[in-house]
Amino acid sequence: MPNVLVFAESRGTDIRKVGLEAVTAARALADAVGGEVHALVGGPPGIAGKAAALGQYGADAVFVCENAAFAHYARETIAATIAERAKSYRAVVLPFSATGRDLGPRLAAKLDAPIAADIVSLSASGDTITVKHPGYANKVIVTLAVTGPLAVLSLRPSAFTPKEAPRTPRTESITASAATERVAVKEVLEGARGKLDLGEAPVIVSGGRGLRAPENFKLVEDLAAAFGNAAVGATRAVTDEGWRPVSDQIGQTGRQVSPQLYVAVGISGAIQHLAGMRTAKTIVAINKDPEAPIFKVADYGVVGDVFEVVPALTDAVREAKKGH
Amino acid sequence: MKIAVCIKRTPDSESRFKIGGNGSAIDETGLKFDMDDFAGYAIEVALQLNEKQGPGESVVFAVGPDSVQETLRKAMSMGVDRAVHLKVDGPVFDGVAVSKALAAELKSGGFDLILFGKYAFDTSASIVGTATAELLGLPCVTAASKLEIASGRGTARREIEGAGEIVEFPLPAVVTIDEGIARPRYPSLKGIMAAKKKPLETKPAQLGPVRVQVKAMELPPERPAGKIVGQGAAAVPELVRLLQNEAKVL
Repeated sequence: MPNVLVFAESRGTDIRKVGLEAVTAARALADAVGGEVHALVGGPPGIAGKAAALGQYGADAVFVCENAAFAHYARETIAATIAERAKSYRAVVLPFSATGRDLGPRLAAKLDAPIAADIVSLSASGDTITVKHPGYANKVIVTLAVTGPLAVLSLRPSAFTPKEAPRTPRTESITASAATERVAVKEVLEGARGKLDLGEAPVIVSGGRGLRAPENFKLVEDLAAAFGNAAVGATRAVTDEGWRPVSDQIGQTGRQVSPQLYVAVGISGAIQHLAGMRTAKTIVAINKDPEAPIFKVADYGVVGDVFEVVPALTDAVREAKKGH
Repeated sequence: MKIAVCIKRTPDSESRFKIGGNGSAIDETGLKFDMDDFAGYAIEVALQLNEKQGPGESVVFAVGPDSVQETLRKAMSMGVDRAVHLKVDGPVFDGVAVSKALAAELKSGGFDLILFGKYAFDTSASIVGTATAELLGLPCVTAASKLEIASGRGTARREIEGAGEIVEFPLPAVVTIDEGIARPRYPSLKGIMAAKKKPLETKPAQLGPVRVQVKAMELPPERPAGKIVGQGAAAVPELVRLLQNEAKVL
């Protein structure tokens, strides 16, 4: 049967939102080709308890691999574990997250399967899977036809919305395939422990050079805190200056994000930055220069001094949230 | 050390694109092509490693049409010793096919280190470096923003989502290079003259079956023009109202 195998990415003992997005996309693909969705989860002991949640989003079966090595991204072990099981599937679906970027091509090479990466839509017909992928830094939408019995497909975070398709999945506990981890993780430098990741936050408040000094990012952080479900991003100019960590950079060469709401604070809107956030659902821009290019992509613009507008907005958002 | 750098020639990322080729390619008229930004960082890393560590060799590889030779010459004018052009007719969007062509060429090269950019601007897919490593059976570190090599081992820093990661690995290995690691040098006049005499070998790329093909290209829909809600803090109540009632995101 043309089943679909999906890597439901986790962090610690939680399934990530990108993992649920992948299960939803896999469900749609499996329905199109008349097969089942089999989800594979690899995490440290404790992850097994989350398997049922994948049934909620449409997994018919869940393979759970509990292994202490999966507390971090164990690239060679997880690649071997998935590849060993993937051979007879129609497709392997995974997120185009930091993990998936690294993992997808490993699987494609191991399985000698074609791969389409960072895709925003997909459909299947016969032996062809057709996908759309924003290339050229989001400036051109490329439609690709992927042929062959097995394809590896990685999905742009937030391009697919997790949808409930509840069922009670069969669960099977599996052991990790033997692989030598030649790349050893020596240290994880947590930039922002416990904070929402830019790829998953429904709201992103981002700061640019208009904030004038690193300490003024407090304004941005306060506004993010008022939303309660927001992550803080930055422009390349700001990360180049060392005001914020490189991992916060949103743009062509940094993270590409599609939150529900993107608030650009003191950001002029260079092409390099727009390439990373123009797919946000709603964009708010606050900038003192009415001619700033950010206002061309913003749904709502406020022309004004960020030092005056942002604290007022923070108070108003805090008030609005109280009402809920 | 013997270092290979695999590069790509891509259009200037600041370009305004138009669709040509019957709707399945970008219109290349007037576009400026050059070494991809990330490939440039990888070249610079290779040159600096060999400058620091004493005698070595750097070899640049590219899969592409004949025009890629100009980019290979540029790499040699920066200081790379020789170049290998794996010839194809047009752009290839099948990353595994490109990896196969590169792996076939690299496998007997005896390289200590094989570098790539973390992705290329046009395909933006981050496939070829990692897939090539896998085909060669080598350890692979992606998106390195720092790289040090000492006594047969490498240490790299990677930026992952919301955190940094320090990894260690044995050589030979494949590393894909992120920005911020090194600023690519400009070719000197002497370098440009020298590059003309450096060896550039051309042979057909052994892609194998191409299973990912471009069906169409289109420009993304423009965002509808937004509105200026107002000036200064006075605009905040109206902004909040719009976020609540119109955009429904608050």
